Amino acid sequence: MHLSTLKKAFPYTLPVLTGYLFLGFSYGVLMNKTGFSLFWTSLMSLAVFAGAMQFSAIALLSSVFNPLSTFLVSLLINIRHLFYGVSVLDKYSNSGKKRSFLIFGLTDETFSINAAVKLDEGINKKLFYFYVTLLNYLYWNIASILGHQLSFLIPDTIKGFEFVLTALFFVLFLNQWEIKAHRLYLVIGFVCTLIAFLLVGRAQFLLVAMVLILVAMALETKWRASR
Amino acid sequence: MNTTQVFVSILMMVIATQLTRWLPFLIFPEQKAQPKWLNFLSERLPYASLGLLVMYALKDVQLTRVPYGVSELISLSFITVIHTKYHNTLLSIGLGSLLYLILFNFVF
Repeated sequence: MHLSTLKKAFPYTLPVLTGYLFLGFSYGVLMNKTGFSLFWTSLMSLAVFAGAMQFSAIALLSSVFNPLSTFLVSLLINIRHLFYGVSVLDKYSNSGKKRSFLIFGLTDETFSINAAVKLDEGINKKLFYFYVTLLNYLYWNIASILGHQLSFLIPDTIKGFEFVLTALFFVLFLNQWEIKAHRLYLVIGFVCTLIAFLLVGRAQFLLVAMVLILVAMALETKWRASR
Repeated sequence: MNTTQVFVSILMMVIATQLTRWLPFLIFPEQKAQPKWLNFLSERLPYASLGLLVMYALKDVQLTRVPYGVSELISLSFITVIHTKYHNTLLSIGLGSLLYLILFNFVF
């Protein structure tokens, strides 16, 4: 059961493997260049396990000590996770001991796979979600160690590997686009985030985007009800 | 920052990050019946979140500077075409990324 589920889960995580190898490696390199030891580099990957957060952490840890501000900035950067939790409440329910780990490791990439995947009846779904989460966790941690230890090899010349993650999100978007009932919500998500980005800029648009999405959905329901 | 301060800062990040991941599960425990609006949200949010993620991933594209995000535009269009044709997730991501790397590093 375990091995067959792992074999089933692995191909789904391949884009994440590529993306995390590059991103985790870059994170490790940056930590090393900023003067942090392997201990701190790994501790963050093991305990924080959030890509965008860990990159921001390098700047936070290099400035003046301010735990409250660090806490608030971290909340804001990660606030989108609230949506993921609500989306997978049912999928992650009744998963027993694995539940804590599933919730602990709910990254953008793990969410995008587990929320979108349609599994056949024969598969132990909770175990599948668990392996996707575990594999992604391993990729991220191994990549950050490699980046820290091999920072002298940094490939300065070839850039843009992080596009793999953009491609992953986009293809999952296209998969859902084929289901007509989902289209409206895909558009709401994208357009609201775009509007928020144009309104408040790159630094803090996610919170505004989430509010806009909720407002748009409320309006859509009201409109539907009034017809 | 000294060692203790770094440790406390990282602890703050861990607590904040985990809070955003756990909160929905703590507010709506498994045993309790879920309110209607929550079912409504959890049916729609996965797709809205994907729309959000695509835009979020594109936030660093430079539209005002050369090459104006041409590599992204071409690669995503290419992915749309081959994905509509072959419906193979890994193939689309692999070829799309390869095209992007070539365009981004060697063409523009």
